[in-house]
Amino acid sequence: MDFALTPEQQSFRDEVRAWLRQNLPKEWIARVVSGPDVPRVEAYDFLRQWQKTLYEAGFIGLTWPKEYGGRGLTFMEELILHEEMALAKAPPVLNILGIGMAGPTIIAYGTEEQKKRYLAKILSCEEIWCQGYSEPNAGSDLASLQCRAVRDGDHFVVNGQKVWTSLAQVADWMMLLARTDPDAPKHKGITYFLLDMHSPGISIRPLRQITGDAEFNEVFFENVGIPAGNVLGGVNNGWQVGITTLMYERLALGFGLQVRLRIALDALVGLAKRTRRNGDFATRDPIMRQKLAQLWIDTEVFKYTGARAITKLLKGEMPGAEASTGKVWWCEMHERLQEVAMELQGPYHQLMAGTERAIDQGLWQYTFLRSRANSIEGGTTEIQKNIIGERVLGLPKG
Amino acid sequence: MDFGFNQEQEMLRATARKFLENECPSAFVRKMMDEPAGVTADFWQKLAEQGWLGLIYPEAYGGAGLGFVDLTVLMEEMGRAVMPGPYFSTVLLGGLALLEAGSESQKKEWLTRISAGSSRVTLAWTEPNGRWDGAGVTLAAREARGGFTLSGTKLFVPDAHTADAIVVVARTGNGPSPEDGVSLFLVPKDARGLEVKLLPTMDQTRKLCEVTLKDVGVGADALVGEKDKGWQPLARVVDRATVALCAEMCGGAQKVLEMTTEYAKIRIAFGKPIGSYQGVKHKAADMLVDVENAKSITYYAAWAVDQQVAEAPLAASMAKAYVSDACRKVAAAGIQLHGGIGFTWEHDLHLYFKRAKGSEFTFGDATYHRERVAQLIHL
Repeated sequence: MDFALTPEQQSFRDEVRAWLRQNLPKEWIARVVSGPDVPRVEAYDFLRQWQKTLYEAGFIGLTWPKEYGGRGLTFMEELILHEEMALAKAPPVLNILGIGMAGPTIIAYGTEEQKKRYLAKILSCEEIWCQGYSEPNAGSDLASLQCRAVRDGDHFVVNGQKVWTSLAQVADWMMLLARTDPDAPKHKGITYFLLDMHSPGISIRPLRQITGDAEFNEVFFENVGIPAGNVLGGVNNGWQVGITTLMYERLALGFGLQVRLRIALDALVGLAKRTRRNGDFATRDPIMRQKLAQLWIDTEVFKYTGARAITKLLKGEMPGAEASTGKVWWCEMHERLQEVAMELQGPYHQLMAGTERAIDQGLWQYTFLRSRANSIEGGTTEIQKNIIGERVLGLPKG
Repeated sequence: MDFGFNQEQEMLRATARKFLENECPSAFVRKMMDEPAGVTADFWQKLAEQGWLGLIYPEAYGGAGLGFVDLTVLMEEMGRAVMPGPYFSTVLLGGLALLEAGSESQKKEWLTRISAGSSRVTLAWTEPNGRWDGAGVTLAAREARGGFTLSGTKLFVPDAHTADAIVVVARTGNGPSPEDGVSLFLVPKDARGLEVKLLPTMDQTRKLCEVTLKDVGVGADALVGEKDKGWQPLARVVDRATVALCAEMCGGAQKVLEMTTEYAKIRIAFGKPIGSYQGVKHKAADMLVDVENAKSITYYAAWAVDQQVAEAPLAASMAKAYVSDACRKVAAAGIQLHGGIGFTWEHDLHLYFKRAKGSEFTFGDATYHRERVAQLIHL
């Protein structure tokens, strides 16, 4: 056990730190330095450019093979990179579903041709990816999905609907799970497709969220053609392929979550230090001190639990179901952090962007509302606890 | 960076588990609960033979010279077995205080004997005021006849009734901070005016005493470390003992999780194993999250105190705050999921439940350590 950096790791960290100092977009930093985050919908173009800049500097896809645009490094460098990004309050990576899910799955299951075609463009953000998993009647019970793909010569024809599809409105590609064999048991008749979002027959309807923004969408398919060559990992093998994606999602998104969490926590401590409640500084209130200290501890705990999982990975073991403890823990904690941000503001928590009276331009109100989705998106807390209970603890299925 | 245990540490874990399964089964633990000494001479000697008593002491004092991360492995296994006896008080309190602040001759004499199993030393720190801070130290030590005279009462002193000597935390002066003017003294158990009373405790595997000192005279050579400057070494000892305690707590919580999971697989209700019901399954999942997180922060803290990095006190407090809450919840959930059987004296769960409760408040509970974290992060 050694939490110190090796000389090589230290020089990598210095490289990252120096680069960030030179290249961080000033306008963004000015916005997040006092507040927690910026709504994604306001920043798609900006974030696309930011990811491209990161890619050109060699800071995207650290663990991916060099021949596909990566750097062939380990998750340890990935961890160091993300820690530096958190300290510097760097903007998030836009094509996170491509980097966290589509890419690793293509690396694991793709043909050489597929790898050459898709991977580098995911990293450079030239092509943005979205995830076509959930349907109106298949959310937590994902294997019940109904969207159909029927073979027709060298094509499949897709009909059906997906829902809660983040980034669909800007995406070029979708990881699509569709049913190819309706007679097989529900986990066995599903195929994983790489779908060009510019294909004819796709319509996208934005869904307005609790925040007022439309980050996610409904996506409808009407006789959408997909070349057979866009099947990933074999026909009717989509459940296996998709589950791999989900495991990567939990791990890869974990890095990003850690960064966002640290930035939010630092901002929250900053908010507490300049907030007065009941005539005194909030940081003098013993109960508030307890809550802030607990959040600090919990953030550190999240980091070290993640670090233990990475160590496993570095020793050659696959990310297992253990990775889902992180998700459960993160959303409970992040939702609690956002509640504390409301409590600190007191009556000011009502004021949204658009008045000078609003604290931190009302950004906390946005992040608070957005955090409500944390325990639902990417697998609800209830589903995660089933996974932990059954796959980690070996309890029987219900 | 490496956040895992190495091969030697995994071997130590396997050896310790096997040893404790053989030598410290629940029947032994229960026998020791009723035994005032809380340990047998035979068991203690075996700990010495295993090299555990001197594990973290330098080889020059008969120890094995291993680090705190190695000790963490051992403590987890001891917690798993609810190991009774004065290991903690001797190795991590009395012995560590001597290692941290003692003179060369004190270390040579006592640590060698501790490592060999022939002497036990505890630490008398807390008082009837129940405080963990500098202001809690009120037992007076006055300079007299070239030595010191100690008067006052120490409470919650672990294993004082079987110790050969006691490191007593006393007040020799007053300065700007309550941490100034604190000194440590090594007092032999047969000192005149020293009285030790064994107290009935909720966790019967841990023996606690009241130690009364009535004008106990000691020589100047009884001083451990510098006069008036005892708080700094004491704080280092306590930070390390706190982390070791966290590791022990993690081991106990892990065992409760395993017992509960196994039970949930075999106990049938309404025609199905109870573990198939989400009301049970989700609680078990919560237990796993608590246990894994508790281990993560404990391992980090173990590394931090081992390497004596600047954030070691912060790491120790973060660990104790988190682990205190987590282990209380896990132990209680274990009983809840077992139902009535978990509430019986016959079932071992209460041993873990009581140990978790006792440890929760030892060296300060979660509330105390959260406040310390708040101070250390400059809130």
